[in-house]
Amino acid sequence: MFGIYLKRELGRRKKAALVIALGLALGIALVITVDSVSAGMTQAQDKVLKSLYGLGTDMTVTKARSAPKAGSSQGPNFKFDAKSSGSNKQSSDRVMTQGGQALSSSLVGKVGAQKGVASAVGALTLNVTKVDGSFTQGKAKSSTSSSSGSQQQGGPGGGTSSGGGQPQVQGGGADFSVNSYSVAGIDVTNQDLGPLATSKITSGTTFTSAQTNAKVAVVGKSFAKTKKYKVGSTFTISGTKFTVIGIATPDSGDSTTDVFVPLKQAQTLGDAKNKVTTIYVKATDSQQIAAVKKAIQSHISGTTVTTSADLASTVSGSLSTASDLATSVGKWLSVAVLAAAFLVAALLTSAAVSRRVREFGTLKALGWPSRKVTRQVVGESMVNGLIGGGLGIALGLAAAYTVTAISPKLTAQLGSGSGGGMGGAGGGPGGGPGQQSASSSMEIALSAPVSLTTIALAVGLAVTGGLIAGAMGGWRASRMRPADALRSVS
Amino acid sequence: MYRLTGVTKRYTRGKETVEALRGVDLTIADGDQLVIQGPTGGGKSTLLQMIGGLDRPTEGSVELDGVDLARIGETRLTRVRAENIGIIFQSFNLIPTLTAQENVETALVPLGVKPAERRERAAEALRSVGLGERLGHAPSEMSGGQQQRVAIARALVKKPKVLLADEPTGNLDEGTRDDIMALLEGLWREHGLTFVMVTHDSSIARRAPRLATIAAGRLTLTEQQPYGVGAYDGQIAH
Ligand SMILES: Nc1ncnc2c1ncn2[C@@H]1O[C@H](COP(=O)(O)OP(=O)(O)OP(=O)(O)O)[C@@H](O)[C@H]1O
Ligand SMILES: [Mg+2]
Repeated sequence: MFGIYLKRELGRRKKAALVIALGLALGIALVITVDSVSAGMTQAQDKVLKSLYGLGTDMTVTKARSAPKAGSSQGPNFKFDAKSSGSNKQSSDRVMTQGGQALSSSLVGKVGAQKGVASAVGALTLNVTKVDGSFTQGKAKSSTSSSSGSQQQGGPGGGTSSGGGQPQVQGGGADFSVNSYSVAGIDVTNQDLGPLATSKITSGTTFTSAQTNAKVAVVGKSFAKTKKYKVGSTFTISGTKFTVIGIATPDSGDSTTDVFVPLKQAQTLGDAKNKVTTIYVKATDSQQIAAVKKAIQSHISGTTVTTSADLASTVSGSLSTASDLATSVGKWLSVAVLAAAFLVAALLTSAAVSRRVREFGTLKALGWPSRKVTRQVVGESMVNGLIGGGLGIALGLAAAYTVTAISPKLTAQLGSGSGGGMGGAGGGPGGGPGQQSASSSMEIALSAPVSLTTIALAVGLAVTGGLIAGAMGGWRASRMRPADALRSVS
Repeated sequence: MYRLTGVTKRYTRGKETVEALRGVDLTIADGDQLVIQGPTGGGKSTLLQMIGGLDRPTEGSVELDGVDLARIGETRLTRVRAENIGIIFQSFNLIPTLTAQENVETALVPLGVKPAERRERAAEALRSVGLGERLGHAPSEMSGGQQQRVAIARALVKKPKVLLADEPTGNLDEGTRDDIMALLEGLWREHGLTFVMVTHDSSIARRAPRLATIAAGRLTLTEQQPYGVGAYDGQIAH
């Protein structure tokens, strides 16, 4: 009878059942959407962090920031030979260590020896600013041609007037292009950790552990594309000729490093013998990261340790705004809507039971025990809850699918440009030239993955909603007396 | 065999107390028919609830075959209702979403009758009230008289000792009323039921062998000569 009665009730009172189910469905759909969107946010943030760190890197060690020394040379400075012959092609590379601050290589071993450190790998990040240009020497009217050895870059070499200004130079000019890229010197003997660990080799090969000082390079995909480099191509940095052996595609986002070379080569290029800019650290236990950070900071002075948690807190931009929104507003909104849905379902069920006073009174008068009547009411609202859950899951999946299909672009900025707290978290070799603080910006498409846990949560919520409504209705039904069968209200 | 002694029922709502029954004493032998009459608000339905074990008196006892329905626990009382008492109402009280057959089956649910047997007995009961062709009809698809027949089938399908009816013809036109009354008379005799019926209808009350009048909670009994067997089969004399 339970089943038939249930079926008949739901079948003949479809509208009432649907109203309750829809209320629950809305709440559940919202929970699924918020849940999956915030899962997407977390994934996106993970991607941002991983693109900087690489899998397995728990923290980085960089040199603690110190105030730049006054008078130290700032800004690029290029010297070109001023030859007196007509037109001239010139090229010059200026190589600087990232952030201009480096640590001694010996610290890599010291960090590696700290308690809780599984492995430590050093890397040297360089910024190369390449200037290509040509001069056309001006023709002087006077017989003596004066060389215009220029220290100006790019300035229209209108010529320099010297002395009395008698000799006039005409038709001189210079045409320069400046571009810069980043080079990371990596430890070829341990590539599981460090800047190259964030990328996959999609063409060619990576370094062999024997190539500690080989003149070979792995080039980032987008850099290779703009430069039209292929495996086997060659290029020169500061007079050293490198052969491209592989193309690396970053696991996510844009690569922050354009060229990878063996560490020793980078040290030579950057005139930084036995120096590294960043030490990548993997902890033995991911639960112990804070303790390891403390140990490194207290035992090795002059260093800044940045964990991914530190880094995560510096993520800014629309990604973090949206993520904050999803965790705060979204969570509260879905809790509120869900609570409202539960309440509405409970009230509607309860009202529906009240309208059936005579029906339940009659059943009791016929000798139905209270629990049988209650069971009927609870059963009905459980089915309503499950229908609501089903609709809610469908709606939520549709919403999550829509978000994924649209995949709104979010930007993430890493690093606090002001150089506070995290300082030059060297991991982020900015594409920008010169001595900018390490901040990196990347664009990430948001997806809303729906996990099984989310579905399970939705089903749980549906059952809970049905139970709450059923408990309310069942309680009312259980209080009805057989004498209510004679009540005149219908 | 019913024995009601000093049955008093007070309803209290807030500060107001209504005394619906005031010290009612009444004995009904097995197989007897009793018609209860009286002005509205006099306490007829209240008395019927006491007899049917639908409610308990504030004072006094309601003994059915020596068991005081006023004292036994809720579970036992529910059981007594399920096994011994068939009841029909003025507004039929069918479950609107169930078919005629399913409505009749609801009376067998608390007795733990197996579904197949339940269906068979319900169909049989409906046939006995002349609704053998209407097993699958919903209440809304039937006339008032047909609905009351379903209710009668539901009351009798469990083969109770007692049949209670609260203005069973109150919502029916005269022709239908006579049909239903004839049916009830026949069933009462056929099954040897103890039959207690509340009615406003004086033409029905007039032919009852035993008539109780209840006003302001007090009961007076009148024994009277019935018009005779099968009175409802023909025209009712006035
Ligand atoms: N549940 C209740 N709560 C409070 N008062 C009640 C309740 N049920 C009945 N009463 C009161 O008890 C008195 C008797 O009611 P009862 O229903 O027994 O009258 P009745 O004779 O059946 O009337 P009617 O002919 O109108 O059906 C009335 O005054 C009624 O208002
Ligand atoms: Mg009444």
